[in-house]
Amino acid sequence: MPEGRRLIIFLFFLLIGLIFIGKTFYLQIFDSTYEKAADNNAIRKIIQVPFRGEVYDRFGKLIVYNTPVYDLYITPRKAVVKDTNRFCELFGITKGRFDTLTKEAWAYSRVKPSLFLKHLSKEDFAKIQDALVDYPGFSISTTAFRTYQSKALSNALGYVAEINTNSLSDQKDDYYRQGDYVGISGLEAFYEEALRGQRGVKYRMVNSNGVEKGEYRHGDLDVSSVAGQNLFTSVDIRLQEYADSLMMHKVGSVVAIEPSTGEILSMVSAPSYDPSLLAGRNFSKYYQILALDPLKPLINRPPSAYYRPGSTFKIVQALVGLQLGILTPGSVFTHAGAPVKCHVHNTSHNDLHNAIQWSCNPYFYHAFRKILYDNTQGDTFERSAQGLQRWSELVANFGFGRKLGVDLGNEKKGNLPNVEYYNKVYKGENTWKFSNIYSLSIGEGELVVSPLKMANFAAIIANKGWYIPPHLVKGVGDKKTIDTFYKTPVSVGIDAKHFNVVHEGMRDAVLHGTVGREGKIPDIVMCGKTGTSQNQKGKDHSVFIAFAPKDNPKIAIAVFVENAGFGGFAAAPIASLIIEKYLKGRVERKDIETKFMNMSYLANVTYNRKIVKKDSLKR
Amino acid sequence: MSQESNQIGKLDWISVGLYALFVLLGWMSIYSAVYNPEAPLWIFDEAFYTSNAGRQLIWIGTSLVLIMFIFALDFRFFESFAVFIYVAFMLALIAVPFLGVTINGSHSWFKLGGITIQPAEFAKTATALLLAKYLNDPQVNLTKWTNQWRSALIIALPMLLIIGSNETGSALVFASFIILLYREGLPGEYPGLLIALIVLFVSSLLLSPLTIFICLLVMASLFVIILPIYQRRLPQTYVRIAGAIAIIMALSTIVDWVVNHVLKEHQRNRIKVYLDPSFDTRGLGYQVTQSKIAIGSGGFWGKGYLGGTQTKFDFVPEQSTDFIFCTIGEEFGFVGVMAVIVLFLFFLWRLLYLADQQRSRFARAYGFGVVGILFFHFLVNIGMTIGLMPIMGIPLPFFSYGGSSLWSFTILLFIFLKLDAHRSDMLSR
Repeated sequence: MPEGRRLIIFLFFLLIGLIFIGKTFYLQIFDSTYEKAADNNAIRKIIQVPFRGEVYDRFGKLIVYNTPVYDLYITPRKAVVKDTNRFCELFGITKGRFDTLTKEAWAYSRVKPSLFLKHLSKEDFAKIQDALVDYPGFSISTTAFRTYQSKALSNALGYVAEINTNSLSDQKDDYYRQGDYVGISGLEAFYEEALRGQRGVKYRMVNSNGVEKGEYRHGDLDVSSVAGQNLFTSVDIRLQEYADSLMMHKVGSVVAIEPSTGEILSMVSAPSYDPSLLAGRNFSKYYQILALDPLKPLINRPPSAYYRPGSTFKIVQALVGLQLGILTPGSVFTHAGAPVKCHVHNTSHNDLHNAIQWSCNPYFYHAFRKILYDNTQGDTFERSAQGLQRWSELVANFGFGRKLGVDLGNEKKGNLPNVEYYNKVYKGENTWKFSNIYSLSIGEGELVVSPLKMANFAAIIANKGWYIPPHLVKGVGDKKTIDTFYKTPVSVGIDAKHFNVVHEGMRDAVLHGTVGREGKIPDIVMCGKTGTSQNQKGKDHSVFIAFAPKDNPKIAIAVFVENAGFGGFAAAPIASLIIEKYLKGRVERKDIETKFMNMSYLANVTYNRKIVKKDSLKR
Repeated sequence: MSQESNQIGKLDWISVGLYALFVLLGWMSIYSAVYNPEAPLWIFDEAFYTSNAGRQLIWIGTSLVLIMFIFALDFRFFESFAVFIYVAFMLALIAVPFLGVTINGSHSWFKLGGITIQPAEFAKTATALLLAKYLNDPQVNLTKWTNQWRSALIIALPMLLIIGSNETGSALVFASFIILLYREGLPGEYPGLLIALIVLFVSSLLLSPLTIFICLLVMASLFVIILPIYQRRLPQTYVRIAGAIAIIMALSTIVDWVVNHVLKEHQRNRIKVYLDPSFDTRGLGYQVTQSKIAIGSGGFWGKGYLGGTQTKFDFVPEQSTDFIFCTIGEEFGFVGVMAVIVLFLFFLWRLLYLADQQRSRFARAYGFGVVGILFFHFLVNIGMTIGLMPIMGIPLPFFSYGGSSLWSFTILLFIFLKLDAHRSDMLSR
């Protein structure tokens, strides 16, 4: 009878076996959550963030470096402090503070590390480093803050901050993680990949107590970190500081370039800010204040601010006219018949040299008219279009209306009106002519340039017809590599001989022309051109471009001072001081120096005054 | 001498081979659990013998000695001395609360020299022997009430003694003797009732009384429909159905009451965690959750031998003893798990087959006792690692780390294999 019961018993066993196999199938193959849970359990990712590269000036002076900062973390569940008094003594805190901090950490999480003491200095860290082994549950996390030797280059350098959510989701190579630091603007952003180096990742297996138990998969997945590369800039930090001090209490820009190399010696954006404000833990607080400042200290003006070039653009007209063969140095125009006014100057022999020296508006009105109409056919509309076409082609060579390719992210194109542009503005071909666009002749109208373009233009004049794209960084890393783009001269298509008359005119503009007494440098022959940039916002902006010395120029400069009036008043003296400082190493004209360091044009600057200015933040 | 070689020749080598395979797999998993990739220990290192893997190797070696000892004994010894063995172990169980030592929070161990022994482990074998001896009497008929309660007494005595020393898990193992009794003629209603009670127990914990009541009503209606028409018309039918429902509802209320008032805190929590492992994933549910993570992360092929991370790094508590199946699941994956389950079922089948081949009722009953005990451990141990059974401190036979456990299972199995080797010498009564 009971023989069959063996089968019944075994069928029951089989049923249980099948249930087990079904359940393990579900656990092991169907449901992948367990696999992830296991990795979270046992594999710890250790991130090694290398220090960002340092930044040096053209003479090897350190400008930006990193200060390591140590934060002490506590994992409450693992934390054991046997001798609280000794601990407090070691870390320099009171017993009460210790209790509060511990309580806070417990409230946050029992198992997750929370910040216990932040911002321990290197010295503090050295003191506690050895003792730390006696306190399980306490760990040190190292971060580094950018530290600045000089406060003068903040806008060009840019800043570093935690990556924001948009950049995080937009990134191409999936490098950054939440909480990573990334260069946001300026050189920090442009050279981000070189500066940041390569983050290292180690995978370590840990046991249930979080103790490391060796490499995961023999370290096959590990990536060693690569240190960030240093930046060797072309900036002369002493000159930068000097120029920066001259631009105090002003809104504007200074850009100085070494003409023979395209290296930017100085790039000042005023007003500026103390870069260390954006380098610490109080980033958000200060960022908020700076971003709300109506004078916009966070903007790097030189490559991105929009101005009309004003009279400085007359040099372009002269060079284009000469190259086209329409003007000669001997071409003479009188004030008569021009709708543009001029100031009183000697017009007895108003040739090109004289016109540059005195910045004669009618001269360039007539010259531009000739540039448009000479050797063209048809009615005045058609001739204007043909003339503007050849004019704009030549002017574009100077870099107007396009990016020069400076190593900064926020460079703006500006505007160079051409035939297409006016066809759009006047809604159709042959709807506009010289009489509509003559303000271009004196650098007004629809022309838009940046201080950087004008400095580059000064370098072109100094070089007699060519430039190397302006750049702030001479070399990246120990090998000092640099893109060949920043080594290759670009010709602007104007013959070198045409520059002689321009040089002479600019020299005399400084010596006894539009530039006043305060813009003259003893013993140095400077060639300069003033400009007065009209704008809707109020008083004219003061503009000046120059290079020096006249023979074998070492520095080309553009200075823009907003709402400071005529170019000779503010921009020219400031430029002359910077050039003197650069060429001589020191400035002898102390009275002028003091005057312009203290001079403020902010009263003329229009902005929404309802917003309270945080003067304490600006320098 | 001739008898000796004869007896080896009749040894069931399939069972012995499977036993050896299980012990080897178990040892490999224990080795893997203690294996440290940064400082691997070798069999020749002295430190190796202080690790679990080293000690298990010693247990395995001594098990071989035990096997030889069992084979050296006369096969009639076990039947003749069954009563003596049983009484000896009952005394040991009585003595344990007074003379024993506490290991891992369980006060159920004897310390003899450097060796610790848990008498509860060996009491199973003793009980199986005595039960088999009792049933060997041809007069004994398990359909008779007297014989039923006498058998029950043999089983209940060690059970109660073990519950007394707070080892409920080990005590429950004795329920597996229902398989032996069933095979030897116990009416099918008894195991049926047992299973029904377990179902009732679990469902009354899982479901609300109302749900159970509605389920019962639905089942009763279906039952009435399939009855012949004349029975449907009888009022007794409905009285009986109503009575059955009332009894079931009463039982489920009692279960609730027992769980909430009679069981101890740790037992109640084990049940709660079984019903809902997320009840406390850091505390009591930790073991179940970690065990499922370890097995679940193994995938189809596993992480490879010594490649496990969960079991190796102590995420699963008691991974070498009660949770050794996790190591297999993690390192050998679904393939390994399936292989172990299939091989174990085959092993049980082989023992069932051998048991039915016995000419003596003693050997046959003992064989079914062995199968029942092994199956119960298999059911509960693997069941708890994959979250199908509540956690009870029950090892996986032959695999789990531990001297008492390995020795007791070895003795349990090899007494049967010894009897089997002599089956032609036995007289069928």
